[in-house]
Amino acid sequence: MSIPILTFHDVSFHYPTNHHQVLAGLNLEVEAGAVTAILGPNGAGKTTLLSLALGWLKPDCGQILLNGHPLTSFSRRQLGQWMALVPQDEHIAFEYSVLEYSLLGRTPYLHPLEMPAEVDYQQTLAALERVGMADRAEKSVLKLSGGERQLVLLARTLAQQPKLILMDEPTAHLDLGNKKKLLDLIRALTEEGVSILLTTHEPDFAAAAATSLVLMSEGRVLEAGPLEKVFTSENIARLYRSPVRVIDLDGQKLVTWASKP
Amino acid sequence: MNLKTERSLSSRLLLWLWVGLIVIAILALLTGRYPAPGFISPAQIAGDEMAARLLFNLRLPRLLTGMLLGMSLGAAGMVFQMLFGNPLVEPGFLGVSQGAAFGAAACIVFLGGSAVAVQAFAVLFALVGLVLSYTLARRIRYGGWVLRLVLAGITVSALFSAAVGLLKYLADPLSQLPEITFWLLGSLSAVTWPKFLSIMPIVLASLLVLFLFRWRINVLSLGDETAFSLGTAPRRERLMLLGVAVLATAAVISIAGIVSWVGLIVPHFSRRLFGSDGRLALPGAILLGGIFSVFCDALSRSLLPGEIPLGILTALFGAIAFLALMTTQQFRVPR
Repeated sequence: MSIPILTFHDVSFHYPTNHHQVLAGLNLEVEAGAVTAILGPNGAGKTTLLSLALGWLKPDCGQILLNGHPLTSFSRRQLGQWMALVPQDEHIAFEYSVLEYSLLGRTPYLHPLEMPAEVDYQQTLAALERVGMADRAEKSVLKLSGGERQLVLLARTLAQQPKLILMDEPTAHLDLGNKKKLLDLIRALTEEGVSILLTTHEPDFAAAAATSLVLMSEGRVLEAGPLEKVFTSENIARLYRSPVRVIDLDGQKLVTWASKP
Repeated sequence: MNLKTERSLSSRLLLWLWVGLIVIAILALLTGRYPAPGFISPAQIAGDEMAARLLFNLRLPRLLTGMLLGMSLGAAGMVFQMLFGNPLVEPGFLGVSQGAAFGAAACIVFLGGSAVAVQAFAVLFALVGLVLSYTLARRIRYGGWVLRLVLAGITVSALFSAAVGLLKYLADPLSQLPEITFWLLGSLSAVTWPKFLSIMPIVLASLLVLFLFRWRINVLSLGDETAFSLGTAPRRERLMLLGVAVLATAAVISIAGIVSWVGLIVPHFSRRLFGSDGRLALPGAILLGGIFSVFCDALSRSLLPGEIPLGILTALFGAIAFLALMTTQQFRVPR
């Protein structure tokens, strides 16, 4: 097997303001070139896991490896070139245009005093084209709908040209049509060799997008492995502590509530 | 795509601001109350040695200091607003202005208040204000980093302003109190060549540093984690840029006193004209700041026989302009 793009080895973490352990001895391997979805109830530690993977939070103990090397051995710029984050939502205080905002994805490739050059504009415009926002390049990001803003965030991420994309609940603001767009984009990216680690509250989306699944609860991994193996009625029901049924509709797995026994 | 045309339009606008700054500077230089209220013509200057000396020794250093004052406050205001991701922040924030005020007042009350000492104390306590706010923010166990800095800044400012109140109460009402009050209102009336030259290097160097980081501040205006994910060191870089902005602000405050509103209103106008991208908005704020304060200072020394403190005029025009901006243009502070 090839080297996992991301490895969590016995990682524990708690926030300084709270003694409660958010992650407790977590072990996880994220396969390169695959889409890995993390499912888990609220407060399971999914977002914290992404922040740790990013290097923004430091684990209390344990080790995190990126492509087989400790995260701490990368410089910030290298990390920015390797990994991109698509946050759930982002506070934007000023009226940047869609283009100006997406252009910020080029930051890891620029020296602190360097201005973006023509090639950075080209990359960014291509990224906007890809998410279908090129025609709104000059619109203010503050005037976009939640879904459009999410697409612009994705464009910024594409402009960053990372090898691993971390997505924190990417479907949270998307309508059905845009969810499909995201799904297609995720599939296209994996075909180009990009690895994706995403968290979601939608088991259906996870089943449609992912090849591997991680079930997380109370800071630990409950189950992890290929989608077909892990995405079962028993596992999902155990995860959410609610009776559910996984049904297969023309090869697509869907979750419904099970009627009471 | 008309992106290029828009960018070149904005650059041309920037050029026009330079022209505006130079024109207003020349007009301001010729405006005053000697030999009579109003303008003095070049012919008059040539024929009147007193007028020439007045222009060169009094008006010129004052004009240049006014320009630096506006440029620093405009740039620092823009940088503060962007780094805090909050358009309602200004450079006096984080205890800087109130710290400087306390330093100057304490010097006037306890040390007699020679100009150099007042200047040094103002700079010193402006930096003390920044350090205190920063240290306090690190100890607050609540909220995100920006919110903690804001809370710490408000607290430190309040402490210093209480101390300034106490000093005013203790001050000799005939000699020291007017001096403190005058300083708190801001004025360029005491500016001389040596004073201008004493702050010029540090102010120009700070402006240059801020200008060089004009694109980087866009990334730093995003949240901490996002800025980190884009390969920056958000806390370290923000602190460095804040330090530079405070240095420029403290230097100009030290000889001009507290000139309010420039650092708040100028960045808003610059964003109206150039958009939010720091590459144009920051130089825009530098030039607009220069124009605004040169204009206000020219009025402050020529409107009335006595001098109107500069801070009163900047507050007056600043508040009116802000009101106009809020009511006539689409203005919003997200969340």
